[in-house]
Amino acid sequence: MVEEKFEFTGKAKKNLFITIGVGIILVIIGIISLNMGGHGHEGHEAVAEGGHHAFHWTQRLFANLWINNVFFAGLAVIGVFFFAVQYAAQAGWSAGLKRIPLAFGAWLPIAAVLMLVVFFIAGHDIFHWTHHDLYDTSSEDYDSIIDGKGGYFYWPLHKGGFPLFFIARMVIFFGVWYVLFLKLKATAISEDVDGGTEKWYQMRKLSAIFLVFFAVSSSMSAWDWVMSIDTHWFSTMFGWYMFASWWVSGLALIALIVVLLKDKGYLSVVNANHLHDLGKFIFAFSIFWTYVWFSQFLLIYYANIPEESIYFVERWKNDHYAPYFFLNLFLNFFLPFLLLMTRDSKRHSRFMKVVTPIVIIGHWFDFYLMITPGTLKGNGGFGALEVGLMLIYAGAFIFVVLNQLSKSALVAKNHPMLEESLHHHI
Amino acid sequence: MTSESVIREPLVTGGKTVHDVTDDICRRVEEKPAKSWLLAMAASLGALTIGILAVAILVWEGIGSWGLNKTVGWAWDITNFVWWVGIGHAGTLISAVLLLFRQRWRMSINRAAEAMTIFAVICALQFPVLHMGRPWLGFYWALPLPNTFGSLWVNFNSPLLWDVFAISTYFSVSLVFWYIGLVPDFATIRDRATGISKIVYGALSLGWNGAAKAWSRYETVSLILAGLATPLVLSVHTIVSFDFATSVIPGWHTTIFPPYFVAGAIFSGFAMVLTLLVITRAVYKLEDYITIGHIELMNIIIIITGSVVGIAYITEFFIAWYSGVEPEQYAFINRATGPYWWAYWSMMTCNVISPQLFWFKKIRTNIAATFVLSIVVNIGMWFERFVIIVTSLHRDFVPSSWAMFYPTRYDVGVYIFTFGLFFTLFFAFAKFFPVINMAEVKSIVKPTGEKK
Repeated sequence: MVEEKFEFTGKAKKNLFITIGVGIILVIIGIISLNMGGHGHEGHEAVAEGGHHAFHWTQRLFANLWINNVFFAGLAVIGVFFFAVQYAAQAGWSAGLKRIPLAFGAWLPIAAVLMLVVFFIAGHDIFHWTHHDLYDTSSEDYDSIIDGKGGYFYWPLHKGGFPLFFIARMVIFFGVWYVLFLKLKATAISEDVDGGTEKWYQMRKLSAIFLVFFAVSSSMSAWDWVMSIDTHWFSTMFGWYMFASWWVSGLALIALIVVLLKDKGYLSVVNANHLHDLGKFIFAFSIFWTYVWFSQFLLIYYANIPEESIYFVERWKNDHYAPYFFLNLFLNFFLPFLLLMTRDSKRHSRFMKVVTPIVIIGHWFDFYLMITPGTLKGNGGFGALEVGLMLIYAGAFIFVVLNQLSKSALVAKNHPMLEESLHHHI
Repeated sequence: MTSESVIREPLVTGGKTVHDVTDDICRRVEEKPAKSWLLAMAASLGALTIGILAVAILVWEGIGSWGLNKTVGWAWDITNFVWWVGIGHAGTLISAVLLLFRQRWRMSINRAAEAMTIFAVICALQFPVLHMGRPWLGFYWALPLPNTFGSLWVNFNSPLLWDVFAISTYFSVSLVFWYIGLVPDFATIRDRATGISKIVYGALSLGWNGAAKAWSRYETVSLILAGLATPLVLSVHTIVSFDFATSVIPGWHTTIFPPYFVAGAIFSGFAMVLTLLVITRAVYKLEDYITIGHIELMNIIIIITGSVVGIAYITEFFIAWYSGVEPEQYAFINRATGPYWWAYWSMMTCNVISPQLFWFKKIRTNIAATFVLSIVVNIGMWFERFVIIVTSLHRDFVPSSWAMFYPTRYDVGVYIFTFGLFFTLFFAFAKFFPVINMAEVKSIVKPTGEKK
């Protein structure tokens, strides 16, 4: 078969730069309007609820940086996760499209740097537990509960100082994810040259290692990067909940890129049957996300222990965030559930081009809802700043992914399962 | 699929032809029962008889015959219930979820696994029914039926009632799914049979004629049932976990319970499938259909689900510490170091540590090791439910109510009753029903069969 290579054209680059440019302009508009007390009620609340920590627009910027950091870091690692699962499960159908999720991993080093930089600049505005008064028994802000869990962030150093344990985990997680991504990528590319089945077995082994590490690190990163924002609150489901959100948005992004590449004439090996399978995945894991969401919600709602139910009080029984609370379910459950129900909808790229952006944006809102109430309290909002920052990150992410894709063959021509994938028919 | 990758291993070995499949499976139904089968059946009936005696005394004397007390009001009864329901997960998981994932290796094991599922759910059902004390009235108590006892009405807020719906729905769908799969195979037996068995299998096969239209309907129904069964597999243990997690009892109220119970159920279900199939395979000489490859894949599922369960244990432990909630922290420390430490460490060893041995290819492809570890997992999963239920209850909120649970012979007897019931049903199935789905296996003999 003809070797396919993706060409990252000047036009595509220009479009991405325009996306990023529009994002920057929107962010500037957002910041200006925040400073001018725009967006109606938000300005008033900022004044009314100022209290002893007066609200400053940078807090909203920081919170949004964190939302995008976590969301896009998740997409990057989910790409590698999808790739690894295909090997561990000995899947044949996906052989022709695996280079696309693999390319997501190229964002990992950038995500790591962004996480560290934003944490060091804005950690105090995002994470309540970073305030050293909380651990100081003589301070009036002393918090015995947070003091009790301080070791999880600061060990082995003293609480309130440098969060060594927290930072070490972040560095190790990104480090291991990236190293395994590089190894998988190198093996995949060497398979293009050498052929044979030996590389497939090597990748299966690497995939198993990645999956074991990811099983632990995905939950812990959820506790670290998101759950600890609401420092008092806890939920054993949270790690799997955040994973479900990452996973289904990653699946949607893979499907979207596959469909768009096909429109440009690439990926001749991919046909409606493969799209159908991707669509089934998005359908099934949208339901899975809803299952996890609902289980967590129901158990907290039913037991109604104040320490736990406050989380949903802040999101549901709060005029500020209630619309997003319902929007979240609407975008991430009702729409994908109904739109992807029929066989035809999963097989037509036109449908997939509608559903996948809904799922991706829907899960961005899910992260918005996980992070904003804890960081901004009553000062959160959704406007030009949020849209702009999301566009900047999305533009940069897609740029990195497409750039990675253009560096090697788009289809693994020596993949031992490729023949199966070509004959895939459901 | 019309192409097989070079790295795919054959799913049926020994160069079997389509006719060999019919012969190898039907002969087990047609021949006279083997001595080993008679012995096994006798042992099961013996256990069943002892068990029936225990059940009779329990019903006559009342629930006081069990070792329950005011503090530990739930112990072996609900432990056994959850254990059996958990075991009853693998069959439908194999036939429905693995069907949706196009895992063709399921075809030689799904029949026996589904049968096991149905029998396990029947066993599970004994416990809530017997716990009612007057099982003959259970119908009115458990179902929202208008009744003549005044304003007695079920509590729709209670997860125990949701269980009634979840499990009865699951049971019905699993039964229909299993039976539909059996129809073409019954017809095969019917066509070879003579005399009375021709009439019996003829009736069982519902007039199956093997026409193209019949097959088309069969496949449509299978797909619809698989679609229905998949959410049901998840829902059953989710709702079983709600029985505990909706409460405010430390150690029970934890949000990870639903998916973690489901993973644990699949874990124990696969372990039981392995226990039964390793024996069936040897006795019926089915090594070419249930190959080492099948056993290895099931063992991999055991590692995955065992590790998921392990991560859930660690998550619960961690969050109990992280939460700063003292009763929650105490509940977990008490589990590991309190008077029931032995149960906790049995659970940890059997569920989390020993299944990791399957990372070694030598162990996961060894029949004896698989058999032993599959029983170890089942022991571990029983202890898991015991630990969750009894250690959380025995330390009441009021220390003066703290208590221990000691099982009586009726606790043990009723458990033996379910074992007797389970194995009697399973051995009867293994003798009179085709233990492997012939029709499905025939569809893969050519593309994936090993050439001689």
